[in-house]
Amino acid sequence: MNKDNRIVITGIGLTAPNGNNLAEFRENLIQAKSGITLEEIRYMGKHPAGLCDFDEFKYQKKKTRRRGTRAGSVAIYAANEAIVDSGIDFDSLDKDRVGTYLGITEHGNVETEEEIFLLHQNNLDTTFWSHHHNPRTVANSPAGEVNLNLKITGPHYTIGSACAGGNMGLIQGVQQLMLDEVDFVLAGGVSESAQTFGIFAAFAAQGALASHEDPTRASRPLDVDRNGIVISEGGCIYTLERRDAAVARGAKIYGEITGYAVNTDATDFVLPNTDRQTQCIEKALKKANITKDQIDIVNMHATGTNAGDINELAAVKNVFNDCDDTFVNFTKGHIGHCMGAAGALELAGNLPSFKDGIIHPGINCENLDPECEMKNLVLNEAKKKEKVDYILNNSFGMLGINSSVIIKKHI
Amino acid sequence: MTTDEVKQIVIDIIADVAPDEDVTGINAEESLRDQLDLDSMDFLDIVMELRKRHKVEVPSEDYPKLATLASCVSYLTPKMQ
Repeated sequence: MNKDNRIVITGIGLTAPNGNNLAEFRENLIQAKSGITLEEIRYMGKHPAGLCDFDEFKYQKKKTRRRGTRAGSVAIYAANEAIVDSGIDFDSLDKDRVGTYLGITEHGNVETEEEIFLLHQNNLDTTFWSHHHNPRTVANSPAGEVNLNLKITGPHYTIGSACAGGNMGLIQGVQQLMLDEVDFVLAGGVSESAQTFGIFAAFAAQGALASHEDPTRASRPLDVDRNGIVISEGGCIYTLERRDAAVARGAKIYGEITGYAVNTDATDFVLPNTDRQTQCIEKALKKANITKDQIDIVNMHATGTNAGDINELAAVKNVFNDCDDTFVNFTKGHIGHCMGAAGALELAGNLPSFKDGIIHPGINCENLDPECEMKNLVLNEAKKKEKVDYILNNSFGMLGINSSVIIKKHI
Repeated sequence: MTTDEVKQIVIDIIADVAPDEDVTGINAEESLRDQLDLDSMDFLDIVMELRKRHKVEVPSEDYPKLATLASCVSYLTPKMQ
């Protein structure tokens, strides 16, 4: 157990509603380009949603796509892209020492809705229920599809953690490397949520489904006129390695994961808790062994709901209000809420700041909610910063799960 | 329904179940699994599609009768009249 416990990011593969690789995604974040469109949702008419247009068959055969799930297809694309980006000689790796850990918000709803739809079309005859239902809906499915595709024989599983899923996948990957369970990790988060009507109907029932005549302006975190969440799909998977191994092979290193924390509100099924979020951020800082003023960028979870934005802003303010050089942005104005992929995607969107010093803006905040006022919010236009050494990424979810991850620039 | 029509129905279903395969030159007398990348799950899909599209039931004891394109046509043609 004398292996390096410093864990670094060496590859990124992603698909988001506004980009199918990091360069495209980053450019659209900086240029304030939304990926939200108006989509027909079963039984519900047209609603703003974020869909991805990556090539499903770049790394996957039509047959396995037919057998698998949209989340699996997103995951296969992102995992393969990450491996290519990492520059690793993947064929030479011991596949028994590769682990796949993917955060998900939920899984199986798309398939279940489809089966029930067909059941009703066939007079409730259950012999029409597909034998593919079980392998498609088991909770490990998206991670398992990655391992099937890449012939990885090491561990795979998903981490069910609501909208904190993307961060949680990453944290799990770091921990498994630290425990020496594996030597090479695929970690992040995926979501197919935009393919199911149920999540739209449920947020509508909750009064938290965004609407706007212009879909690109529907997701409006921190804006006083925001009216809820835009549901999106997406995926972002990182390759993680021990620092010494990455340096030895001359890998490009995006950053080092130096801090993280996970905790629980234990107060409500859906409403957030400022005190616990504050505590989560502080725990991550402690783990990273840095002071709060060393953080250059805070990426908020900021979903565009009143309760979510106001509570989180209060938590961020609790920690960073007296930090003159800490800037705050968010990503969901561009891409909506990518659910299980959100944390991983939103972090990826900020990582290039280590190199270029540009902080992408949070968009669609035209009239800042007075309850969300804070200095150093980066709104609607990108900002240039002299140095970016640390990024903190928040992702929170239902049932009161909070997660914060801290990435350090690799020098 | 003619045997040619039944044959085309089976080919269409195979093309959907195994979309990576070339179904244009299937040898009718040779085992489908020897010519195409089909497994037991695919055969379950073929049976399901026959039920969905053409209301034809294939009991599990008759699955061997779907081994070749020719045997599919012989077996299914009477059921599709």
